[in-house]
Amino acid sequence: MHELSIVQNILEIAESEARKNNAAKIIKVWLKIGEMSGVVADSITFCFEALKSNTIARDAELLIDHVPLTGRCKNCGNNFQISNYIFKCNTCNNTDIEIISGRELFVDELEVE
Amino acid sequence: MKIKVVSNILKANDSIAEKNRQLFKENKLFVINLISSPGAGKTSLLERTIKTLNSKISIGVIEGDIATTRDAERIEKTGARVIQINTNGACHLDSNMVRTALQNFPLNGLDILFIENVGNLVCPANFNLGEDIKAVVLSVTEGDDKPKKYPGIFREAKILIINKTDLLPYTDCSIDKIKKESLEINPDLNIFEVSCRSGEGFDEWCNYIVSLSN
Repeated sequence: MHELSIVQNILEIAESEARKNNAAKIIKVWLKIGEMSGVVADSITFCFEALKSNTIARDAELLIDHVPLTGRCKNCGNNFQISNYIFKCNTCNNTDIEIISGRELFVDELEVE
Repeated sequence: MKIKVVSNILKANDSIAEKNRQLFKENKLFVINLISSPGAGKTSLLERTIKTLNSKISIGVIEGDIATTRDAERIEKTGARVIQINTNGACHLDSNMVRTALQNFPLNGLDILFIENVGNLVCPANFNLGEDIKAVVLSVTEGDDKPKKYPGIFREAKILIINKTDLLPYTDCSIDKIKKESLEINPDLNIFEVSCRSGEGFDEWCNYIVSLSN
């Protein structure tokens, strides 16, 4: 349950980017959260609502893009969705798999005015 | 107006972790971030490892707990250099807590540094501290379903220590299932089976630790 500190970081990033662009108000914040990022999207939303009041994001809406866990087989190059956390190529059965998505935890985009 | 940001939410932690890593490197230290649920045996593992290896290598410990100095006191009795961090509620150590602790913790002469994280299989996986590797401890009394329930840490870790093997006859836990499912998540995982109480498995584990210090 470290979502509170993660939301503090989200607000710091959003406010600093908004200021850099001379914006007075943040309207929307888009996050990308990977399936294997280790954070709970509902808790992020809850903490965001609780913490935003004293910031220029006080009226902002939080939108979360969930990113599925996918991998690339280092043997045959196959890209596939990893289900049940089994890191095994569904074409050649190789287990040397590079994660290509699903670890994301970042602020993707802002809408400001 | 829309602004494309693409900023890692944990970048503040990651950049301090990088500074810690640099400091560890300058001191030629191998650093292990030790993670498990509460009561899996992290401190017991350290106590027995330090006592076994006392004459061979020098081990230091940073102890992370929400409250109390109980674990640091246990480690202190082994003669190892130790410092306690209290997170005062936080569910994991972050790189800045470690950075601050390092100001009062000389690294000279140490071969291996263990950072014992707060007992928690979820949050510590996200916060790099500047370590070389993460090691996860899982005790047989917790059940064999844990790797698939907490895949993040089993993917991140390089070592899995299965502890309390002496209690296996009293549980329904299957070590084969733990191994099979954790290797599905992370085929490169190095797995050790130990009992911190009886000392079973410690020869292999301690030889491995010595090899990391070289």
